[in-house]
Amino acid sequence: MKKLKYALFTGCTAKQSTPEQMMSTLAVADKLGIELVELTEASCCGASHLQDYDDFLSLVLNARNIAYAEKHGLTMVTICNTCQLNTAMTKHRLDKDAALKARVNEKLGEVGLEYKGTSMVTHFLYAIIDDFGLDKIKEMVVTPLSQFNIAPFYGCHNIRPSELQNETHKKPESAYRPTSLDDLIIACGGMNVDYEEKNKCCGFHVELQAPRTAAILTGNAIAGAMDNNADWMVTPCPLCHLKLDTQTGHASEAIGREVALPVLHMQQMLGLALGCSAEQLGLKHHLTKVNFI
Amino acid sequence: MSTHTITTQKVNFKVFRFNADEDYLPYYDDYTMEVTSEEVVLDILNRIKWDHDGSFSYRRSCRHGICGACAIKVNGRSTLACKESMNKMVELFGSDLVFEPLSIKRAVKDMIIDKKDFWEKHDAIHPYLISDVDEHPEHEHLVTPEEAEELNEADLCIQCGACHYACPVVEINEDFFGPAAFAKAYRFEADVRDDAHTLRLLELHEEKQGVWDCVKCMECAEVCPKDVNPIEKITKLHNMLFREGVATSNVATRHAVGFKHSIAKNGVLDEGGLVLYSEGLGIVKHIPVALRMFVKGKIVPPWGITKSDNLDEIQKLVKSSSTAKF
Repeated sequence: MKKLKYALFTGCTAKQSTPEQMMSTLAVADKLGIELVELTEASCCGASHLQDYDDFLSLVLNARNIAYAEKHGLTMVTICNTCQLNTAMTKHRLDKDAALKARVNEKLGEVGLEYKGTSMVTHFLYAIIDDFGLDKIKEMVVTPLSQFNIAPFYGCHNIRPSELQNETHKKPESAYRPTSLDDLIIACGGMNVDYEEKNKCCGFHVELQAPRTAAILTGNAIAGAMDNNADWMVTPCPLCHLKLDTQTGHASEAIGREVALPVLHMQQMLGLALGCSAEQLGLKHHLTKVNFI
Repeated sequence: MSTHTITTQKVNFKVFRFNADEDYLPYYDDYTMEVTSEEVVLDILNRIKWDHDGSFSYRRSCRHGICGACAIKVNGRSTLACKESMNKMVELFGSDLVFEPLSIKRAVKDMIIDKKDFWEKHDAIHPYLISDVDEHPEHEHLVTPEEAEELNEADLCIQCGACHYACPVVEINEDFFGPAAFAKAYRFEADVRDDAHTLRLLELHEEKQGVWDCVKCMECAEVCPKDVNPIEKITKLHNMLFREGVATSNVATRHAVGFKHSIAKNGVLDEGGLVLYSEGLGIVKHIPVALRMFVKGKIVPPWGITKSDNLDEIQKLVKSSSTAKF
């Protein structure tokens, strides 16, 4: 197989509140022999909040990020669901609307850039599944996670709206019965836990303005995983991770029940199965202690 | 001549039953049926009533996706029964299907729910054209195709409640208007003939009930049987609140605007700075968790942030491409 190479859009959290996500992404890419060219020029995607304030500005900034991936002639991979949604949504809108694309390019032209629409945008989870292949992952697993019940938490912005999301996937994902993360758990030798909240919202985006709503959603998600005998949870989204890992106090208070489970980024889970060390995967950066390693 | 063949398959149904007048708790009836590739979910509801149990109750009327009466949940997914084919349901969920009302806690009889909260919220956003109409106009009120296009999608809403009862915030926050009411509000706000000015927007800006409490889960866009795409309309309402000068300074608006400031300064986000800018003095409530995060290496001070390369480009674009003021 030809060596896989992508332009990596890290997003902001990987460099700040979830350093372990950056570490594990690089560790896993190294193990799999995937080359990641970091887009150090990229700006924040606006996280769906800048979009509420200034939709056009967010389009210009996201188009600029994609333009840098295009300059490398590479598919852009994201490691954050919300980065994925905002970037893919920008691409979708510009590719469908020539007038809007022209307006955006007029702005990008001022800094000598152009959005062409030549690069795909996909989340690392789907790049691994679609391009690398789970069969190959299975062959490479050195530490099967066979003693663990692992609860997948998909994160809204990787699975909805499915019409948009499936433009970037080779194998379509159902928003109601998603399978990608379950499949990755199984490929790593783990037992995937089915529970009602696995494709539900963690509440991250209203953490500041509606803390009670956010805390209840987080609490329900962890409780759902616990009630179905999960040993730990895994997610492809660093924003979900922040909620599930750092907000257990508020979540427990909000739903009137103590909830907490170790939560791994999908890169950390894969890294464990591939034989990366706890240090390489940054497991010490979690608030809810990763107590099984 | 076409050679379209009708296929059949065996499907197991678990059907929610409850009569608020008689039952203490709901229960489920089980049916196994041969289902044809031609049938929609409503056909199965009919067969349950007509072939098995005449007391089974559900709402239905037009059978053509217009009246919005027959929305139920199939395996937890809001579904307009007359529109969705059984083939699609089996494709989505396999051959074990669970039929439940849109909201179990609002169940009155079987699939029938009390939609009172839905209609109250629908009414609260003034779902009609507000305009000082000249009773004796000399000309018709012209609307360009482009202007009509702006509200086309939102105008398709049939008030079925699929999105409202799929919205996680509606379940938690009883003041929240919900996606259907927001889409309806947008439908009139975007109408060039409407003169409500800030009447609706002020309601939509209010905390707890308004657009700022939306969690952006995209459930509403996913379930809408008419492709109204409520979340997109919610974003447009957010934009309108700023554009029309209705948005006042609160945690939510500063949170949205804070992204622009952060991007203009660093290219990337300054996470701590954003929380401080959004919360103001309210930041104190985040200190206990923030301290624990700091110990675990999860907080980068402002001076430690790695700024985007070619930051001058980003700054230039923020200046030239900004379309909103606050």
